[in-house]
Amino acid sequence: MRFLFKTDYEDDIKLFPHSGYLVTYGVLLALLLIAPHVLSSYLMSQLVFVCIYAIVGVALLILTGFTGQASLGHAAFLAIGAYTAAYLQKYNVPFPVYFLAAGALTGLIGALVGFPALRLTGIYLVIATISFALIVEEILARWESVTHGNEGMRVKTLSLLGVTVPRDSPTFYYLCLAVLVLTIVGTLNLLRSPTGRAFVAIRDSETAARSMGVNVALYKVKSFAISAAITGFAGVLFAHKLSFISPEMFTLQLSIEFIIVILIGGTFSLHGAVLGAIFIVMIDPFLTYLKDDMPGIIAGIAATFGAGPATAGSIQSSVAAFASLNGLKGAIYGIIIVLFVLFEPLGLYGRWLKIKLFFQLFPLYKRATFKRQKIYVKSERNR
Amino acid sequence: MSYFRAENLSLHFGGLKAVDAVSFAVEKGEILSIIGPNGAGKSSIFNLISRIYRPTSGRIFFEDQDITEQPPYDIAKLGIARTFQNIELFENSTVLSNLLVGRHRHSSTQLWQELLFLPSVRANEKVHRRRVEQVIEFLDLEPYRDKLISGLPYGVRKVIELARALCSEPKLILLDEPSSGLNVEETDDMSFWIRDMKSELGVTVLMVEHDMSLVNRVSDRVIALNYGRVLAMGSPAEVQQHPDVVAAYLGA
Repeated sequence: MRFLFKTDYEDDIKLFPHSGYLVTYGVLLALLLIAPHVLSSYLMSQLVFVCIYAIVGVALLILTGFTGQASLGHAAFLAIGAYTAAYLQKYNVPFPVYFLAAGALTGLIGALVGFPALRLTGIYLVIATISFALIVEEILARWESVTHGNEGMRVKTLSLLGVTVPRDSPTFYYLCLAVLVLTIVGTLNLLRSPTGRAFVAIRDSETAARSMGVNVALYKVKSFAISAAITGFAGVLFAHKLSFISPEMFTLQLSIEFIIVILIGGTFSLHGAVLGAIFIVMIDPFLTYLKDDMPGIIAGIAATFGAGPATAGSIQSSVAAFASLNGLKGAIYGIIIVLFVLFEPLGLYGRWLKIKLFFQLFPLYKRATFKRQKIYVKSERNR
Repeated sequence: MSYFRAENLSLHFGGLKAVDAVSFAVEKGEILSIIGPNGAGKSSIFNLISRIYRPTSGRIFFEDQDITEQPPYDIAKLGIARTFQNIELFENSTVLSNLLVGRHRHSSTQLWQELLFLPSVRANEKVHRRRVEQVIEFLDLEPYRDKLISGLPYGVRKVIELARALCSEPKLILLDEPSSGLNVEETDDMSFWIRDMKSELGVTVLMVEHDMSLVNRVSDRVIALNYGRVLAMGSPAEVQQHPDVVAAYLGA
């Protein structure tokens, strides 16, 4: 185990508390940089989606994880970013301009959503953000002069400084990676400065935050705006990656996927957003694999246990029918959320910390180390 | 003119008069205690000052400025900090970041500067950190700097709340039952700190307290309340011998 001896106030501010972090993240970054030369084009495509989901995950962490304001409307912010890009492209606006414009517009709309949210907490805020998402979805379908309605919009190939960047090129991947890294660094900077601390203060006790001079309303709106703006940036990348956008891509299910990203990754650290993004992007091919191969495997197992060919065949077809049921994916997502909330509320990153601590403290690790304790029940009087 | 003044302050919940036309003044540099039986309206007065409640009528002045209509976050900016009867700390953060939130009223950096963590932000952070360290030293909190609040015992939390209030470098500090839930030794420490706050940091203290020995040790003046009204005001000894106060506590 490493003990940190702090000798300077700088030590509390540093992004990397000790040199070990530099090595780990340096190696990780190097691996990510050589990835396009090693991985197959399918995996590269998945990696781009991991980046985009992770950007949204970080955005949602700022709002939900750190400011404590739940949102099921982030698919709508993503849609606004994507459509802004597609619309401005028609007028030959260069990429950097519409990229920033999409972020700014989404941020502005995020702030507007933040205002009614000032009076709402918990489940009511969730309902309000769902309504917002549904309204945006409806507007995208009906405002045909701008969005082409349900026909959707084609997104032209990205051109950056005169160079065309196809959506499956390494350059596009590097662009997504750069946006992700910048988002993470910016968020970390925010979290170690007064604004980030005010966010966390609002999450834990609004009354105390207020009495310490935090303008709670202003900071909630700021949090909404920042979160939405980052999601807007992700939306532009998303649009380019898909090269075609239509309203049915930005449904409630997508918002729920974003919630899964942070719930499964862990809501208390930015690592969670990345881990959750990897999980959610990889679960889809995994489910497809199960759907294709499971019926055969189960039938094979049944046959080895003495089932005749007719029985095995009928088992295979009924499992296949079950696997291709509509809405099965949603149900699996639901089960995953429930299981994580029940058994691992700290998410994958929390699990990783436990494993790490187990080896650091070996053989002294206690199972109760991460147990949440309620030593003192807070009074509800001042709310 | 006095430093801090409440004039005819009232707070009514329907027919219930939690605070009823209370007037008092706090002089600069004094320790004033508010005592009274349960439900006398002591904490309500604090909540009126820090604007958690809006007064039904009456006015509050601080440094000759009418602060009755100020929004709650401005109260802290003016230099009035407070602690809570039932600790309101940021549970899932470290002690250090809790205390740094106390520095919020002194932060002057803009959002875009913070996103880039410009040298000005870094310099500001170091100033905040140094101030926090002074408070940590003042209240002997050195062992807890990087601990999470959720794992700390009650007595320590109580001190951390006081520390957070002191980190904002307040001119007036409102202590809501600083000794509740503390054992005898911790209460002793608390009484020393309250007196040191006055003598070393020059903070004016307004405090609600039930522990009469603590009140006697630290207070310059005492106000006794019952049913939202002022029963008596004066030195600790005078107030304790006042017939109305005796009647309120023992029943007449």
